[in-house]
Amino acid sequence: MSRLQAGRRHDVRFTLNGKPCTGEAEPRLLLTDFLRHQIGVTGTHVGCEHGVCGACTVEIDGQPARACLTLAVQIDGCEIRTVESLAPSAGNLGVLQAAFKRNHALQCGFCTAGILMSLDSFLRQHPGLDEESIRDVLSGHLCRCTGYAPIVRAALEAAAELADRSREKTDA
Amino acid sequence: MKPAAFDYVRAQHLEEALEVLDREGTDARIVAGGQSLMAMLNMRLARPKTLIDIMRLPELAGIERKGNMIVIGAGVRQAALLAWPDLGGSLPLVALALPWTGHVQTRSRGTVCGSIAHADPSAELPLVLRALGGEVHLRSAKKRRRVAAKDFFSGMMATTRTDDELIEAVSLPAAAKRCAFREVARRHGDFAIVACAAVATADGVRLAVGGVADMPAARDFPRLEGGALDDALNDFAYELDARDDVHATARYRRDLVRMIGRDLVREVLQ
Repeated sequence: MSRLQAGRRHDVRFTLNGKPCTGEAEPRLLLTDFLRHQIGVTGTHVGCEHGVCGACTVEIDGQPARACLTLAVQIDGCEIRTVESLAPSAGNLGVLQAAFKRNHALQCGFCTAGILMSLDSFLRQHPGLDEESIRDVLSGHLCRCTGYAPIVRAALEAAAELADRSREKTDA
Repeated sequence: MKPAAFDYVRAQHLEEALEVLDREGTDARIVAGGQSLMAMLNMRLARPKTLIDIMRLPELAGIERKGNMIVIGAGVRQAALLAWPDLGGSLPLVALALPWTGHVQTRSRGTVCGSIAHADPSAELPLVLRALGGEVHLRSAKKRRRVAAKDFFSGMMATTRTDDELIEAVSLPAAAKRCAFREVARRHGDFAIVACAAVATADGVRLAVGGVADMPAARDFPRLEGGALDDALNDFAYELDARDDVHATARYRRDLVRMIGRDLVREVLQ
């Protein structure tokens, strides 16, 4: 049994976007604040802090999850992916990101990091995502600017593009 | 907001978790998926001195068939149960209701037993446990006991679990029996304004209702039709003591119980 004492910092070792990473966290530190303030990756946003808005969604061991409902010490040994992982290289956008840009699927952008992580996770698992399932994934997020329509459009475009790509790969 | 400070215990064996719980009782809380408790910690509605994480205990991670019962360990996440290949065949009511529990982003972490421990009167899993007449397996350092769903929930987010006990598992009867589920919420995945589950019984149907009273309620109905069924549902709806709140009026909730109830009873008895 390991007991991590309140008020002291403890080592947290995990994988961040494919690379090993270490930080220190008090037991009460949320994964959101750990990523932003200790590790310095600020793409993950902090909205409601009780699991409703979805702005802080990251991938934990391959599944989208709320970083605000997770303690930093709980992710010891886990694989974390954040929105920083989506761009293939500096200055280039990934397929989903580019579709968001083309379709004006963001205005203020506060909710976008979380929505991208949910959609990215689902597009990886289900490349041919239809509108109904996209809307189901989006029900876990709040966007107060767009009315969701351009987000759905962008997700459908990205899904079609990714499906095309995987078909090309299979044919080749 | 952020949680108040606490010690974090990462249990490696169930006995360790039970020992800490036995020693620290009221001041300690079990955390599994954290999808209910973490929100309470963040809002400081709960301020435990010790948090005991049970998610690294392999003995709690399984879904097992024992005779006619399906036993779901305290470490089983809602997403894992949803992906269980036998779900539709063995627990058809769970297969219908579980997609309504939170969102994919919370089911990925939240556990089945955690939702039952939290005992939110609008939550789907306590409702399903009540509808199917399942059991909660409680364990302390000193003893083990099983509590029937009807005796487990005792009020708004309150249960008969004592402070030195943790939920080790829940068991649900496996059945291919006819069942139905329907829910009304402002947004798919939000807490239910009214959720109803119906299961066929030997001589009729059991209807369970969540979101109205301070805990899930169930009633067995004989085979009734037409006016007699409407009257029985109306009596049930009134007995649930619906209240007005920001989400819906008491009258609207009673309407939903009557209408959804009638549809589900007919669906199951068809």
